[in-house]
Amino acid sequence: MIDRLTLLQKIGVYFATFVFLLFILMPFIEMIRVSLRPMSHLMTADFTWWSEDFSLQAYRDMWNTVPLLGRYIFNSIFIAASVTLVTMIVVIPAAYAYARLEFPFKSLSLGGFLAVNMFTGAVLLIPLYRVLRSLGMLNTYWAMMIPGVAFLIPTGIWLLRSYLEKIPKELEEAAYVDGASRLYTLRRVVIPLAIPGLIVVGTAVFIGAYAQQFLFAITFNNVREIQPLPAGLFEFVGYQDTTWNELMAAALTGVLPVMLVFLFLQKYLVAGLTAGAVKE
Amino acid sequence: MTLVAEGAALERMQRRELSDRAFAWLLISPALLFILVIVVWPLVETIRLSFTDATLGGENFVGIANYAALFGDPKFWQTVGRTFYWMVLAVSLKLIVGLIGATLLNAAIPGKALFRVLVMPPWVIPVAIGVIGWKWMYNGYFGLISGLLQEFGLVQDRVALLATKTSAFYSAIVTDVWVGTPMVTLFFLAAMQGVSKDLYEAAWVDGASRWYRFRRITIPQIMPVIVSMALLSAIWTFNSFEIIWILTEGGPRGATTTLIIDTYKVAISSQRFGEGAARAVVIVVLLATFSLFYLWFLNRVNRHYGAK
Repeated sequence: MIDRLTLLQKIGVYFATFVFLLFILMPFIEMIRVSLRPMSHLMTADFTWWSEDFSLQAYRDMWNTVPLLGRYIFNSIFIAASVTLVTMIVVIPAAYAYARLEFPFKSLSLGGFLAVNMFTGAVLLIPLYRVLRSLGMLNTYWAMMIPGVAFLIPTGIWLLRSYLEKIPKELEEAAYVDGASRLYTLRRVVIPLAIPGLIVVGTAVFIGAYAQQFLFAITFNNVREIQPLPAGLFEFVGYQDTTWNELMAAALTGVLPVMLVFLFLQKYLVAGLTAGAVKE
Repeated sequence: MTLVAEGAALERMQRRELSDRAFAWLLISPALLFILVIVVWPLVETIRLSFTDATLGGENFVGIANYAALFGDPKFWQTVGRTFYWMVLAVSLKLIVGLIGATLLNAAIPGKALFRVLVMPPWVIPVAIGVIGWKWMYNGYFGLISGLLQEFGLVQDRVALLATKTSAFYSAIVTDVWVGTPMVTLFFLAAMQGVSKDLYEAAWVDGASRWYRFRRITIPQIMPVIVSMALLSAIWTFNSFEIIWILTEGGPRGATTTLIIDTYKVAISSQRFGEGAARAVVIVVLLATFSLFYLWFLNRVNRHYGAK
């Protein structure tokens, strides 16, 4: 048995972990604290840790200050979910091809896909803006979805490929010998077996789509009704004064649904995601 | 009978071999189409635009005038230098903090499952929202950081961290590290868990200290993951837009203007498409060169430590 941590070492590890997690969680703790305090007290008093005036008022007022807040929260989830759906539909067949089939330019084209990771939307904004304008997609949901899909495809293929490689080839061979067509085999044999992997990759794609909405939203869209949360939140920022407590309350409320789903999925996600990526 | 069936199956297998390429390209084509329309074509178009003076009004071919103006501008070279400094510093910190974090979360202590969950929130929420939290904390009047510094007597007066050039730059770095650390930590943690326990036990039997085992077993074993995370982080940090844009919009007085912010300002804010495109092309060339060099390096590292 390998040497255990002594009591003193354990205390050290706990202390260091505490400091590390404090760094990670500090903005959230501070956002919660601000959201619970009235604006007048936030702005008049110097910094204090604790105060007697905690209330949930901001969580009520925010819906009046920014009437479309509910829409923004919905839009964010709607855009991310649609991006995820389209990305997965495109990624599944491609990942299967890279996992199973031999064809000319296989590694070259896979390298090409991965090279897309080098670009972000920000570099290609000018022509993208023009493409979307000529397709009539500016100021629609599409403008915020289509570019998102393209930039998530490479990672999706890369992650899913390593899952599909782990599914025993014999099962497909058996289906094939029984006379099943290739598409049928893909649909009825491979995809059902790959469901755990699909959930992991789907969640990863969703996180990517959910996290990166700001740039496309502020550049390609100026219709308030379809704005996602990260862009919509800036309505709390006024020229003269920002209602910080309501801004924080709205931000926290907005991410809550996704956080809850994520907490539920995190165990599978982390195990699956890192297993897929670390493998090589 | 069985022979005939086997023969038929074999024949079908062979036919499958023949159509493999067609089927494969069929499966890849939707993904390929997306990339061609949304990435490749805009890239070609960016290169073309970089040789024009395109604005909303129209465009004329101007040759290399945009590049000449760009390379002749000392401010541009400052921005390039700042961007690389930003990237190297932020990525190094992410790797160091991530390595420390992963080591802590890998320690056999009660509560580690909970601690692992608590690392994730910055990664799961929209980047913009976490940055709003930081923007508040950097605020000089009521912000947490200024408040704490005063409380501990480190500063006399309120400090508006985003208002002076140096503090704004390093504040943006801290926020960028905060955004990137959780993912790095989780990937390092997963790699550490994949290291065979036998190695540690053998070293322990031989009397190797904990630090020695970390240096001579953990680090070499997870080196491929460290190196690939470094490349990914470098690319993301180089391209990082939202963090700086929300915190400072590149200010004060250009102190946090990286190449991507500069490009956005020229191309989108002032709609000078041609000049913006030239900047975008420079970014692509720099990143491609950097990545190729890095992949070559990665290859050597993998060979050195033996592909895991």
